[in-house]
Amino acid sequence: MIAELGLAVLWMAAALAVLQLVAGALALRPATAHLAGVVRPVAILQGVLVACAFAALVSLFLTTDLSVKLVAENSHSAKPFIFKLAGTWGNHEGSMLMWVTIMSLAGGFVALIEKRLREETLIATLAGQAFVSLGFYAFLLLASNPFTRLPEPAPEGAGLNPLLQDIGLAFHPPTLYVGYVGLSIAFSFAVGALVTRDVGPAFARAMRPWVLGAWIFLTLGITAGSYWAYYTLGWGGWWFWDPVENASLMPWLAATALLHSCSVLAARNALRTWTVMLGVVAFSMSMVGTFLVRSGILTSVHAFAVDPTRGTFILALLAIYIGGALLLFGLRANTVTEGARFAVLSRESALVFNNVMLCGILGIVLVGTLYPLLTEAMGVKVSVGPPYFNPVSAVFAIPMMLVMAVGPVLRWREDKGGRITWQVAVPALVSAAALLAVELLFAPINLLPALGLAIAPGLAVASVQPLVGRNLRRTPLPIYGMVLGHLGIAVALFGMASEGAFSTERLAAMNPGDSQQVGPFKVTLQDIGPVAGPNWTALEATVSASYAGGAGTVLHPQARTFANPPGNRTESALLTRWNGQLYAVLGEEGEDGRWQMRFWWKPFVPMIWYGGALVALGGLLALLGRVARDVRRLVAIDKIAFRRERQGR
Amino acid sequence: MNTMIKPKHQRLVLIVVALVALIGAGLLAAYALKNQAAYFYLPSELAAKPPEQGRAVRLGGMVEKGSIRTRPDGVTIDFIVRDDKARVPVRFSGITPDLFVEGSGVVAEGRLEGPTFVADNLLAKHDEKYVPREMKNMSTAEAKAVIAETK
Repeated sequence: MIAELGLAVLWMAAALAVLQLVAGALALRPATAHLAGVVRPVAILQGVLVACAFAALVSLFLTTDLSVKLVAENSHSAKPFIFKLAGTWGNHEGSMLMWVTIMSLAGGFVALIEKRLREETLIATLAGQAFVSLGFYAFLLLASNPFTRLPEPAPEGAGLNPLLQDIGLAFHPPTLYVGYVGLSIAFSFAVGALVTRDVGPAFARAMRPWVLGAWIFLTLGITAGSYWAYYTLGWGGWWFWDPVENASLMPWLAATALLHSCSVLAARNALRTWTVMLGVVAFSMSMVGTFLVRSGILTSVHAFAVDPTRGTFILALLAIYIGGALLLFGLRANTVTEGARFAVLSRESALVFNNVMLCGILGIVLVGTLYPLLTEAMGVKVSVGPPYFNPVSAVFAIPMMLVMAVGPVLRWREDKGGRITWQVAVPALVSAAALLAVELLFAPINLLPALGLAIAPGLAVASVQPLVGRNLRRTPLPIYGMVLGHLGIAVALFGMASEGAFSTERLAAMNPGDSQQVGPFKVTLQDIGPVAGPNWTALEATVSASYAGGAGTVLHPQARTFANPPGNRTESALLTRWNGQLYAVLGEEGEDGRWQMRFWWKPFVPMIWYGGALVALGGLLALLGRVARDVRRLVAIDKIAFRRERQGR
Repeated sequence: MNTMIKPKHQRLVLIVVALVALIGAGLLAAYALKNQAAYFYLPSELAAKPPEQGRAVRLGGMVEKGSIRTRPDGVTIDFIVRDDKARVPVRFSGITPDLFVEGSGVVAEGRLEGPTFVADNLLAKHDEKYVPREMKNMSTAEAKAVIAETK
């Protein structure tokens, strides 16, 4: 019953999306302008209905209704509650429904609260949003219905892939989806502004919170995904340049560029076409990401079902959205009037430079990700990995970080080089000193980690400089946001470089009682024994690790075996200190009874994820600052209107 | 001195800067891909036309039954990766993936050192839904050999 209800509600929501698109498009003509009043309520109702459909699917998973195909294929009655819940979106159909749900809720939210834009532009934006979501409704209802019943209820569910039975899974996909969907809203704003030829600061201010929000969630999603890969895959790496990782990185790069150009447009009314273009590119990248991940063109834990029709469907959607938007862009770009001017040495120029560098990195990652797919179509199988991505993206990332250190202290419009001598000299000296120290103390060291170790401290110093000489209490939140965001990049860069330069690894076959030296740690294998969890059993090693001769800390790396569905997973154990992490993995028992153990000592590696979290926190502060100001402004407008009304009487 | 760029030129300059950067990125990417992409080899291809020594490549095939030998250090293994035409000796130091077993498919990432393929990383079948991409498109004969060996 719940399944049928969910499906019916989903169809109704799709019908409302059609109405939203048609009424929105007609409302833009003078003859039928009275239809404009329909669009907002329809958008809100559509969001509510889809949320109901999603709630229906969640309840089917929580009660493990095995007569529903999706539940039977992906859940199991003996799973812990949190994984029953996460199982709702741990599969293709459920994740697409979640996508549409977040998208329609966001659209409804825009309809509910957006007051800054011209009404016409807002209607065009909502129509654009309806157009985008219609594609996903069609995909859901025609090619991936989550509510299909089985002819006979299954006796028991097939369970969830053990790799996915991790608490990170409960939050990772929703986080990224909010990011992707936020970019779809930015895209709709860009389309709306192009349709009504209304590209200006008001458009940028309306779009900015969505871009910021999307960017915060993408940052968190990427950071969490990286940590998940680090501790569950047991390879000790934190970034593999896997196509699935790249699929989340590319929208982030585009969103970062968009965020900055949005700021220029809002503050200075410059970079108009550029911002619109980036809005289109950012959403294109989330669609490319979805296509790569969900089409089955790549095989990974993310490609739930290898079904060619689905890949074709997403590809068609991609072509329609991107092609349509680019066509509109091509037709309208020259009608967007030129923005305000700026000098070669100005904050705008620095932001343009960094935008271009971000796009360069984006291009590098995109080419490297698609290349193996292209060559495979021609019958040659290749894989592209770190030897390509690391140096080539560094060619763009390093100049970008150098300019990033200077940009925030430059003035808008035009600046004099002499004014900022000290602001440039101090970070430059810090970096030079760091480079010297690295070369003297730790040589030989590879070029990229050495550069990272040198740039990071200078960038950290530079990123707090905008606060120097300011009254800290009266400094607006977005400034703090920028400072924290840039500082986060420096922190993460330091973690990455340190991991690359100083990691030590020890691989050994050990008997209980044996010891090994790993960096500053002495690790001793004490014992190996069986343990059991709610739906797995495991062999667990007891390892004591003592840092530089100090007292031992006990770690428990495990090799887990899952029953439903059958599968194995290594569970690494981590010991975190302020200056790094010890990483322990339990391998197999050899024929001679010794156990394979693998250890890494990774100095300062947690700074990678602390840095990511700082970046997200910076975004959050900026968002709060912007939203608070908008709210104050709305309240003030309301007050004035109220006063006028009273005086009128 | 006025360093402002003329309005008409500003847009042009921006477009040129963006184009130059993107074309530069494209050329750089193409150049780097030519040198850095790791090609995938089946054992017979590796035997017929070996890549230069030390170049990063991937080797995919079946782990020959009874071929896995552990060295005295307990963590280095030698085994044979084969298809229906050729056999390649492989050396690997590390913890093998959970589903790395004799008679099952594997993709080894590494390089040729002399006649031996030294693997840095092994990718095995994770579960029935996860097959290394290269293993999926083996020819029918290869697939048959795989099935015969696995059963």
